[in-house]
Amino acid sequence: MREAAWIDAALTAARPQAVGALLRYFRDLDTAEEAFQEACLRALKKWSEKGLPRDPTAWLIFVGRNAALDEARRRSKQQALPSDDVISDLEDAESAVVEGLDSGRYRDDVLRLLFICCHPELLANQQIALALRIVSGLSVKEIARAFLITEKAMEQRITRAKKRIAEANVPYEAPDAAERTQRLTTVAAMIYLLFNEGYSATGGTVHVRVPLCEEAIRLARLLLMLFPAETEIMGLTALVLLQHARTPARLDANNAIVLLQDQDRSLWNREMIAEGIALVKKALSARKPGPYQVQAAIAAVHAEAERAEDTDWAEIDQLYAVLQTLQPSPVVSLNRAVAVAKLHGPDAALAMIEPLGEQLTSYFHFYGVKGALLRELGRVEDAREAFERALALANTAAEADHIKMQIDQLPKQGKASAA
Amino acid sequence: MLYAILCYDSEAVTTSMSKQEDDALMGRLAAVQQKLAQRGKLGPVARLMPTKAATTLRKGLEALVVDGPFAETKEQLLGFYIVDCDSRDEAVSVARDLAAAATHGTGAYEIRPLMTFKPGPGVQ
Repeated sequence: MREAAWIDAALTAARPQAVGALLRYFRDLDTAEEAFQEACLRALKKWSEKGLPRDPTAWLIFVGRNAALDEARRRSKQQALPSDDVISDLEDAESAVVEGLDSGRYRDDVLRLLFICCHPELLANQQIALALRIVSGLSVKEIARAFLITEKAMEQRITRAKKRIAEANVPYEAPDAAERTQRLTTVAAMIYLLFNEGYSATGGTVHVRVPLCEEAIRLARLLLMLFPAETEIMGLTALVLLQHARTPARLDANNAIVLLQDQDRSLWNREMIAEGIALVKKALSARKPGPYQVQAAIAAVHAEAERAEDTDWAEIDQLYAVLQTLQPSPVVSLNRAVAVAKLHGPDAALAMIEPLGEQLTSYFHFYGVKGALLRELGRVEDAREAFERALALANTAAEADHIKMQIDQLPKQGKASAA
Repeated sequence: MLYAILCYDSEAVTTSMSKQEDDALMGRLAAVQQKLAQRGKLGPVARLMPTKAATTLRKGLEALVVDGPFAETKEQLLGFYIVDCDSRDEAVSVARDLAAAATHGTGAYEIRPLMTFKPGPGVQ
C-alpha cells in the first residue's frame, strides 16, 4: 500500500522526462503517451515485485520505446510479440539509455513537451488543460472536475488542442540558446497562468482549486531543476510557494473570502514560506531582477510580517515601483495603489487609480479597491456604486459574496433602500 | 558514540508526493524518532529544503560560491539525524527502523560516526 503510493509518485515524477523523450523518438504525441502508458503498466507489475529500479525514468523510456516499436512491428508484420520478460529483464539495458541521454537532452525534451502545450494558437485554458493532461498526467476526468465542465467537453477541448499541435510542426531539433530562452519564458507564463487559475478561479462555485496550485508548484520545481541558473524560474517557484502558503487562511469555515489583512497568519504554511523566502533571496542575490522575482519579493514581505500591521508597506511600494518599470501594467499600478493608501492615505491612492479606470473597465479588483478607498474617504454612495460594479464582475460565488458583504456593511446614508 | 544518519533519496519523487502521503510518511518517521527519544538516543533531526535552495562554497585559493548542492546526483541529501548508539551495528539498526517506516524501498541512509559534536547554544 505504502509502496504503491511511492511507485505512483515515482511514475508522476518520471512522466515529463519520459514522455518528452518518447515524443522525440516518435514525433507523435499520442504514440508517446501510449508508449508511456504501457511502460507504466509494466512498471506497476515489475516494481511492486522487484522494487524500484535505480533509474525509474530511464527504465520507463526504455520499456516504453520498445513497447511502441513492438506495437508498430506487430501492426505492420503481424509478428509475434516478444514476451514481457524479454523486454523488461534486460537488467542493465536501461543504463545504456541513460548514457545516451545526457542531462541536456532530457532538459530540452521536457522543455519541448511543455512548450508545445503553449502553442500561440491555443487559448489559455486549452494550454492549461493540455499541460495537465500531457505533462502532469492528470486524467481527463480530473481536469474536467478542476474546470467544472463535463468530461466530454474536456475530452473535446484536449482533442482539438492536440490536433492543432499536430498541424503546427513543432521543431524537434535541439533549440539554440535564444530559442531556449524564449521557450522558457512562454512555459513560465503558462505555469503562472495555471497557478492563478487554481489560486483565484475564473468561474464556478469553488474559489480556490488546490490541485491546480499544487501542480503548478510541481511544474515550477521541475523547470527549476532543469534550469537552476535561471533566476526568473527561481523567482516563479518562490512566488507560487509564497502565494500558496496562504491558502489555508484565505477562506473561512463558510468558504467566504478572508482578505490578507484579516487572515489568521498562524494558518499560513511556514515551511512553504521558509522555502519561498530562501529561493527569492537566493535569486535576487544574482542581481538579475525580473517580474517573477519582484512579485515573489513582495509576497515575501507580506509573509515576513507577523501581524498585518507589521507589514513594511514602504518596502512593498518600492518593489511595486521596480515592477512598474520591469512590467508596466495597469494591474501593477492598481496593486501599488494599495501600498500607497497605507503609506500616504486613500486620497493619494485614489488619485493614482483614477486614470486606470479606462483600461480596467471590466476588472473585478479595480472596483473592489476603488470601493474600499472611497469608503475610507467617507464617500459612501460612490463606494456603493463601485462595489456594485465589482459585484457585476465577480468571477466566483465567493467573490460575489464578499462584495455583497461590503455593500451590506456600508453605513446607511441618505435615501435608504425601499426593501 | 554519536552517529549521523544521512538520508538520501530522489527529490523529484518526494516533491511529487501528495501532501497526505508526505504527512503520513513524516508521521511514521516521527514514531521511530519518539522511540529513540524515549531511550535517550536521539539528537538533532533536520529535514533539508530542496537542493535548489542550496549554495555551495567551493574551497580553493579563492573560495568560490556556487549555486546548488555539492553534487548533482540522482539522489539528494534530504535530511539527517544525530543518534547516540553503542556500536555501528546499533546505528545500522536505527537506520533499518527508519527504512522500515519509509517502506518505499528506494534511497539510502549513510551512517557516519561523528568526529566532534557541538550542539550549540540552541536555535529556535
